[in-house]
Amino acid sequence: MSKVLVIAEHDGVMLNPSTAKTVACAASINGAIVDIAVFAATAGPIASEAAKLASIARVVTYERSENKHALAAVIAPQIVAVAGEYTHIFGPSTTFGKDLMPRVAALLGVNQISDIMSVESSHIFKRPVYAGSAIATVEAPMDTILVATVRIASYSAVTSNNSALIESGSPSVVDIPTHTRFIEVKSGATDRPDLQTATKVVSGGRALASAENFDIIYKLADKLGAGVGASRAAVDAGYVPNEMQVGQTGKIIAPDLYMAIGISGAIQHLTGIKDAGTIVAINKDEEAPIFEVADIGLVADLFTAIPELTEALD
Amino acid sequence: MDNNDPLPLGARSNEVEKILVGLKRVVDYNVRVRVKSDGSDVETDGVKMSINPFDEIALEEALRIKERGDASEVIVISVGTVDAQQQLRTGLAMGADHAILVESDSSVDPLGLAQTFKSIIDRDGIDLVILGKQAIDDDNSQTAQMLSAIWGRPQATFASKLDIAGNKATVTREVDAGLEVIEIDLPAVISTDLRMNEPRYVKLPDIMKARKKPLELIAMADLGIDQGPEIKSVMFEPPLERERGVMVNDVASLVAVLKEKGLA
Ligand SMILES: Cc1cc2nc3c(=O)[nH]c(=O)nc-3n(C[C@H](O)[C@H](O)[C@H](O)COP(=O)(O)OP(=O)(O)OC[C@H]3O[C@@H](n4cnc5c(N)ncnc54)[C@H](O)[C@@H]3O)c2cc1C
Ligand SMILES: Nc1ncnc2c1ncn2[C@@H]1O[C@H](COP(=O)(O)O)[C@@H](O)[C@H]1O
Repeated sequence: MSKVLVIAEHDGVMLNPSTAKTVACAASINGAIVDIAVFAATAGPIASEAAKLASIARVVTYERSENKHALAAVIAPQIVAVAGEYTHIFGPSTTFGKDLMPRVAALLGVNQISDIMSVESSHIFKRPVYAGSAIATVEAPMDTILVATVRIASYSAVTSNNSALIESGSPSVVDIPTHTRFIEVKSGATDRPDLQTATKVVSGGRALASAENFDIIYKLADKLGAGVGASRAAVDAGYVPNEMQVGQTGKIIAPDLYMAIGISGAIQHLTGIKDAGTIVAINKDEEAPIFEVADIGLVADLFTAIPELTEALD
Repeated sequence: MDNNDPLPLGARSNEVEKILVGLKRVVDYNVRVRVKSDGSDVETDGVKMSINPFDEIALEEALRIKERGDASEVIVISVGTVDAQQQLRTGLAMGADHAILVESDSSVDPLGLAQTFKSIIDRDGIDLVILGKQAIDDDNSQTAQMLSAIWGRPQATFASKLDIAGNKATVTREVDAGLEVIEIDLPAVISTDLRMNEPRYVKLPDIMKARKKPLELIAMADLGIDQGPEIKSVMFEPPLERERGVMVNDVASLVAVLKEKGLA
């Protein structure tokens, strides 16, 4: 019998949608009982949201002031202290989970599985390697605890129709390290839909040639109600901030509509959009590799095509 | 900030003596990797191999710290077959002082790697470890976190900026929400993101000079490491390919198709 603990991701106020996707993966293990743990300074609203997620048995909160910011060095030993009850511990494969879960695994003396994309059995999973050029089937030993991250683009969020029990976990006795201190997060927060959960995403590449020119991408996105992404080249050149990068080393996303504008389609970029519903590519080079994967392609100069498209979408 | 440091160089407390940098030998990022027909692995015969791109960035950062006078020695380490000497030589040519090859013919999981690095830390007295944020072959993104866990030290993953002052470091991390800044006590483990720096090119005279630098060979078996329960890769398969779709001739046709699909 599998008993899975899912570590909730949140920003101190709200549950991150990655949690509902991680639960979807956990619940796809046959007969699994799934709990959610919330490590926070104040867990209240986060725990109530978590308790609504379908397929979970209970939410356990661990409140202490040190948990105000999600520092792996602070949270990992607290997870280890409660791990004994579980066969599996899952986190999302976001920067939060990728930072935290290997630390948990190492403290438990086990290896970790990164980026689960499908569950074959309680201890056999599929995951992408080589920027998604190959899919590996991996098998973990049955007799040790299994720690993993879940590739959230591979899962749809479970629905929010539950009302699971919320318990407050008994405070663990571990010493909390003070060698790692949070200072600040700088984010270019916008009103646009979040890249990782948006149903539509418009991305621009190096071809945009300046931060000012990216404006035409924002205008199109706003018309569509879309989130905005970018290639690494556009981020490196400083046209847009780092959190907009899509790809192997940026965000892995699965919107219903993805528009790649002035992006060549390098493998490292494509691995971030494999699960998109419909991919539209606009590029002036008809040989661009992006057209090999696009559902709809248009060979055109973006500086005329995009304003025209934005206009036509009224 | 680096440029107008108020302290003259000699007056600084140089807390970081030795920096350890992991260099993994991986299939070059430009190679289109294919799965072997029997599904046992990916095809690596005759394929171009390079230093993992994130590790070049890690080494560049270590070299800059040393060149600023904030460290005295940069050691590069690779765990793998004898072929990895090639990547270590490149690391020495970039400017590392000393290289260590821990020889292993079978691939080593991140926990085993972390334990290997820890044994070198204990042996050589390392103050700072800089690794890549992920190896682009297995895409695990685990080793730095595991090493800091078993060492009981801070981790600063996905770093794009590292400032060392005394026995503390301020690190900017690339996270999903934007840029997070944390302060950590040293010793610590850093993992590098792509935008930390632009690695230098190796010049021919440096390659010649690097031949004389020490490259130490250690057999993995001699370290007596218990690698922990193994996660086995039982099969590899190619990903589901997306089909090439339709080409439209103009913006009006694009709009028509999007509307038909209910996407606009
Ligand atoms: C380890 C590693 C990790 C990486 N991770 C990522 C990642 O996560 N995400 C990522 O995106 N990349 C990543 N890369 C980089 C990747 O290899 C490519 O370099 C990058 O994606 C290229 O960005 P681009 O398509 O915007 O630029 P380019 O490849 O330069 O393409 C620009 C495109 O714009 C077209 N164009 C030019 N002008 C116009 C115009 N006026 N109208 C229309 N089209 C025009 C050109 O035809 C061209 O196809 C990574 C690389 C490495 C080595
Ligand atoms: N075999 C290896 N030899 C040296 N360093 C390695 C090796 N494997 C991983 N590393 C280091 O650990 C980082 C993260 O690797 P991984 O956790 O496998 O994604 C890499 O960028 C390297 O710096």
